[in-house]
Amino acid sequence: MKRTLVPLLLLAAGVAVPLAAQERAQVFRGATLIPVASAPIPNGILVVQGGKIVAVGGADTPVPADAEVHDVSGRTIMPGLVDTHSHIGGGDGGDQSAPLHPSVRILDTIDPRDDGILRARAGGVTTVNVMPGSGLLMSGQTAYLKLRDGNAIDDLLFCRDTLREICGGLKMANGTNPRGATPHPGTRGRAAAIIRDRFIKARDHRDRVRAAAGDPKKLPARDLELETLVEVLEGRRTVHFHTHRADDILTVLRLAQEFGFRVVLHHVSEGWKVADRIAAARVPASITVIDAPGGKLEAAEFSATTGMALERAGAEVGLHTDDGITDSRFFLRSAALAVRNGMSREGALRSVTLAGARILGMQDRIGSLERGKDADFVVLSGDPFSVYTHVEQTWIEGRKLFDRADPEQRKLAVGGYGVFRGGALHVHEGEEGHR
Amino acid sequence: MSRLASLAALAGVALSTPAAHAQLAVRGETVYTMAGAPIRDGVVLIRGGRIERVGPASQVPVPAGYRVLTARVVTPGLVDAHSVVGLAGLLGQPHDQDQLDRTDAIQPELRAVDAYNASDELVAWLRGHGVTTVHTGHGPGALASGQTMVVKTRGDDVGEALVDSATMVAFTLGPSVASNYRTPGTRARGVAMLRNEFLKAREYERKRRAGGQAPDLRMEALLDVLERRRPALVTAQRTTEILAALRLAREFGFKLVLDGAAEAYRVTDEIRRADVPVILHPTMVRTSGETENATLETAKILRDAGIVVALQSGFEGYVPKTRVVLFEAAVAAANGLGVENALRTVTIDAARVIGMERRVGSLEPGKDGDLALFDGDPFEYTTHVCAVVIEGQVVSETCR
Repeated sequence: MKRTLVPLLLLAAGVAVPLAAQERAQVFRGATLIPVASAPIPNGILVVQGGKIVAVGGADTPVPADAEVHDVSGRTIMPGLVDTHSHIGGGDGGDQSAPLHPSVRILDTIDPRDDGILRARAGGVTTVNVMPGSGLLMSGQTAYLKLRDGNAIDDLLFCRDTLREICGGLKMANGTNPRGATPHPGTRGRAAAIIRDRFIKARDHRDRVRAAAGDPKKLPARDLELETLVEVLEGRRTVHFHTHRADDILTVLRLAQEFGFRVVLHHVSEGWKVADRIAAARVPASITVIDAPGGKLEAAEFSATTGMALERAGAEVGLHTDDGITDSRFFLRSAALAVRNGMSREGALRSVTLAGARILGMQDRIGSLERGKDADFVVLSGDPFSVYTHVEQTWIEGRKLFDRADPEQRKLAVGGYGVFRGGALHVHEGEEGHR
Repeated sequence: MSRLASLAALAGVALSTPAAHAQLAVRGETVYTMAGAPIRDGVVLIRGGRIERVGPASQVPVPAGYRVLTARVVTPGLVDAHSVVGLAGLLGQPHDQDQLDRTDAIQPELRAVDAYNASDELVAWLRGHGVTTVHTGHGPGALASGQTMVVKTRGDDVGEALVDSATMVAFTLGPSVASNYRTPGTRARGVAMLRNEFLKAREYERKRRAGGQAPDLRMEALLDVLERRRPALVTAQRTTEILAALRLAREFGFKLVLDGAAEAYRVTDEIRRADVPVILHPTMVRTSGETENATLETAKILRDAGIVVALQSGFEGYVPKTRVVLFEAAVAAANGLGVENALRTVTIDAARVIGMERRVGSLEPGKDGDLALFDGDPFEYTTHVCAVVIEGQVVSETCR
């Protein structure tokens, strides 16, 4: 992500030199490292430079002579948290005019200065899949964000070109939320039929484009909606499917099989009933951990043991905040509650890091502390699953973007005093982390 | 307790007899009695539903014939100082939502006992997490939504669950009322309407004493508050509403319990001077609208200011359908309050605020045999509640 970092640093330094040459390496010494991709390392050393992880190892890991050294003894460092389902950023999605909105992009409506982003960082979250809501069968395109500082949404996106690249997934929903008066489905059967009909049309569009073989005279007219669905059919855009009840979960698996798309099951309140089926379909799940069942019919049989059931069945399990259903500041708590309800410690740590990265197709870049990956990590005061542990620092691509030791930023973690209305966020000119 | 006896008789339920309860001994590596320092390797003996003895195992031998339960940590059964459980049902559908009647913004005559569903699964959910006593009833959102009550989280009907049938009258100040009723449409009008209604209740009482005044349930309920027979539970989140509640209490001389109180940390002097306890919002309350200024540290700030604080599960309109005070106290503990003071907010201090301290909230001889048993620090996320005892009966033995 030198694209965003370079201009800022050059501005500060006032000279045009390459980033890596200009920036000193930073060494974090003495913490228990939880790389996730490998066993924890007591008294470890983490070296980052140029926004990337340069080295992860034990106390004897060699470090560059001119490095800036941070003593983090007694602390725990783990990868930045990956939240596969959130509603921070104040964006919206499709409207009631139609049940399917494949061309609607949430990235056109996200405020990169939304205080939800700051709140998420205070919880150790560094990557987020920001989604439109579940009130429609298909409410629009989601956006994968790195929670960097930025003035424009482009500064936070993983993609570099919003016109040529895929910058997120596609939100879909079944069950009761998307039901409504015409043109919305009134029944589950109709919901599935509406979806199938549109994907059949997308298949036809794809075939016509292929048949044209680049000949402008034969190409069908541009169609933003069908083009998005073709990306789904070709496995290039992931479907993020809101689904609670066991039968609705199986309907998603059936649709995914018919059209061959890459899908992630979201919420999955009754996943514990069909864990084997989910695992057999090799479909990952992104689950919400809440403090009590109910609140809606489909969550009546919610069980916090779904994480355990899916892990034991061999499915890929990620967790998410669904912020504001749960608060991003408490994302690690969700992982701890999954452990309370039978998930393994390793599985729970993975579920908020590497599993999330895999769910978003970004496991080569984020999700673990490994050489070459983005320098996204969290410094914790203690064990990740303890209620008494606080997120002390959140680093994104080698920059410290949350620091609990700063009294102003501490308010982001504890709340109050107008902090979530921008009241406590003073402007620190040129200061790292707050501009 | 005469109220309890008469209601139990009405419901056709026999009051508990000692014979109905097993003799139980609970031994814990740490026993938080909430009446003195925690006891290492402590024993609690329960007989006839009541606590018989509490002390170190070295001094309290377990008599023959007692069933013995052991745990790493033992606490009093938790007390949820304000909930809507039993009225706001699990499903969140119109047919199981009885916490707010929208026909009139002032209905203090509504009784929680007439709406409580003891079989709702959320009651069992709280019980499984160590909550044995709940102050529940009509929820926030009306100027006066109804009367609250205290139940144990047991029984198949309200008669079996009931501890106190009319505990407080629930009031709400703030913008949420305007979203539920045609009038009041503003916060100021809401206060004016309440003042007017209290004045009417005084006039009603004057006429009643003079003779010839027909009885009126609404006026009677307000008189209970004016004559300090039961406190006014006033939900007030913002500073303006908290100060308005204090002003009303001064004007009419009623006993006030502040509820919610998201911005209480900004007016601690005023609250302490009025000697008013606070049933604070759930620590993890969503920070939006009236609660946007909530902090995780408010319980600590209020306690440091000398204000009695209890925690609540509160009202949830969507997912999750209830909160659990064990979880809320845990977060307060980790945000400045500390373990023992956080325990107070869901045991003895909660019991005091709802007027039940003679029966519940601490482990002392003569009190109800209500206990929660844990396999570790009660507040750690990964600890489990492994047994729950209500009046000597083991009501849950699944680790949750």
